[in-house]
Amino acid sequence: MDSSEPSPSGEPDDRPVVPAQRSDQDAYLRVRDLRVRFDTEDGVVRAVDGVSFAVERGRTLGIVGESGSGKSVTSLAILGLHDPKRTTITGEISVGGRQVVGLGDEEVRRLRGRDMAMIFQDPLSALHPYYTVGRQIAEAYRVHHPKANRREARQRAVDMLDRVGIPQPARRFDQYPHEFSGGMRQRAMIAMSLVNDPALLIADEPTTALDVTVQAQILDLLADLQAEFNSAIILITHDLGVVGQVADDVLVMYGGRAVERGSVEQVLRAPQHPYTWGLLSSVPSLHGDADADLVPIPGNPPSLINLPPGCAFHPRCRYADRAGSRSRTEVPELRPAGEGDSAGHLVACHLSAEERATFYAEDIASVGVAR
Amino acid sequence: MARFLLKRLFSATLTLFAVSVLTFLMFFALPRDPVSSICSKNCNPERLERVRDDLGLNDPLISQYAGYMKGIVTGRDLGSAQGGRCDAPCLGWSYVTNEAVSDTIARVLPVTLSIVIPAAILWLLLGVGLGMVSALRRGTWLDRLAIGFSLTGASLQLYFVGAVLLLVFVYNLRLLPVPSYTSIFDNPAKWASGLVLAWVALAFLFSAIYARLSRAQMLETLSEDFVRTARAKGLAKPKVYGRHALRAAITPVVTIAGLDVGGALGGTVITETTFGIQGLGRTAVDAVRSGDLPTIMATVLIAAVFVVLANVLVDLLYAAIDPRVRLR
Repeated sequence: MDSSEPSPSGEPDDRPVVPAQRSDQDAYLRVRDLRVRFDTEDGVVRAVDGVSFAVERGRTLGIVGESGSGKSVTSLAILGLHDPKRTTITGEISVGGRQVVGLGDEEVRRLRGRDMAMIFQDPLSALHPYYTVGRQIAEAYRVHHPKANRREARQRAVDMLDRVGIPQPARRFDQYPHEFSGGMRQRAMIAMSLVNDPALLIADEPTTALDVTVQAQILDLLADLQAEFNSAIILITHDLGVVGQVADDVLVMYGGRAVERGSVEQVLRAPQHPYTWGLLSSVPSLHGDADADLVPIPGNPPSLINLPPGCAFHPRCRYADRAGSRSRTEVPELRPAGEGDSAGHLVACHLSAEERATFYAEDIASVGVAR
Repeated sequence: MARFLLKRLFSATLTLFAVSVLTFLMFFALPRDPVSSICSKNCNPERLERVRDDLGLNDPLISQYAGYMKGIVTGRDLGSAQGGRCDAPCLGWSYVTNEAVSDTIARVLPVTLSIVIPAAILWLLLGVGLGMVSALRRGTWLDRLAIGFSLTGASLQLYFVGAVLLLVFVYNLRLLPVPSYTSIFDNPAKWASGLVLAWVALAFLFSAIYARLSRAQMLETLSEDFVRTARAKGLAKPKVYGRHALRAAITPVVTIAGLDVGGALGGTVITETTFGIQGLGRTAVDAVRSGDLPTIMATVLIAAVFVVLANVLVDLLYAAIDPRVRLR
């Protein structure tokens, strides 16, 4: 391990002061300095490299980033779904007060599906093609309710199908996933994940595989269910538009690290990291000019085996030179972005608050011209 | 479902018809006179002509074929030289073996069934089992052992494996009798001890293929999203592997197994020859050597029936496993 990095078990006091995001101690899910590494033939992949966040019940955290930014790996680590032989996970993951990292297979299995559940991107491939939708939901119920008989499990599954807005749930129970439409399949997937009333729900790109009109319905449904079940939700997406719609807090990830964190208002109104600026200008605006050009972020996401030294974003950052050679030698730490309104807003950037303000204004202006 | 079966029955009949016509034509296209080999010792033109007449070889091809097919369906009278009345399914009379072909088949078909069916059960259990274990224990010594086993099986030939088995178990250790066929209804123990080496040899070679196939299938399935979903639900490993992964991984294995078993039932020539057992395969080869048309026709047709049946069975199994397959 690189000796310059803080040790995974390091106490909060040997790192920069990170203001608690609301009251971290009460949060249902607490992740601190999470590191996930895979041993591959090509080398060690640092998929997640020191990420911390917390989610309370009733709130939604949006994790945003390109593919390979570490957002999905983070969620799989929370559920303990990585192959322990090839994966090294360090740091803390606390779910409802229980430490998941280092917990035995069997103990994590008991938590999975009961206290924490997951919705996957493509419901067609995430549901088993050979079993009826209802049977799969009932199965999820019976794993954690071994005393429930077949009829009770069926009733529970039908109720859940009904709850997520599937018409004729009793008839739909006996149908196969391929007989469902894409939106209905994702609803069924949500019904399955909520069948045990979990306190934590992780939704990994839940709307990416769906039609735009269906996307909005699914997001609304998630918001409704959250109000009803008071669950903590992690919404993983590459789409800041989706985040703006449903999330309370945002975590922006790049190259396995957190580059910006804050409330939705803070991050979307006053984004601090040049990478976030790039993400924002690559989102089509519903209210803006329909002919406006979308500005892609130049370059490609970095290789997680061989991250660029210093700030991992510097090869794609047009302001990297302004920060001097530090951008290529020193990994920027996640620090408070400013004071006042920006309390709790964190950014990992070598630029000073003033520089960021100036460059962001320039950035908007240049995008504005393109639009 | 009923419609599917009717359709398959119809196309199966067409296939068998085509096979029978082709076999018939091929036989007559051969540059040899079947009759001359029949009366090899005391042949004179007179006798040749009589045999030819008895066999109906002087009739036009079409009526020969029609007569043959009619015999299968309704039976027919073959004349005193060919054993007289021949009941349906009449497969004709062989001048080489001097018996009704249906009698020959009735004798050798159980032999081939007795070799192939137990061997198939053995190779499927062994092959799929090995494949699953090595997929789940990927990268361990168990996996390497299984890969080594399947590589060995895939590289060896049956007559070699058979010869080694015979040498060790029959001639050196004297644990088993010289392979032979006894009816299972007469003496099940003798039936098994006489055929067990053939089962083992066949199972070894075939299970190698199945181990590799099912290992690859299982590995692919384990990376499927629905397996991850099953784990995310909190299912324990036996259920994840047994109920969710295995069922999806086994589908392609079923297809190959159906075709392999169907093909093997048509005759296991090398196995039968290696172990000196007279089954359908050896009978077919003997018939080809001696130009025994009625026996050739019968063995080819039976092999075709097995292959066609196996195909229908595979389709039915497929639909039973995968609900997305609709039989129409």
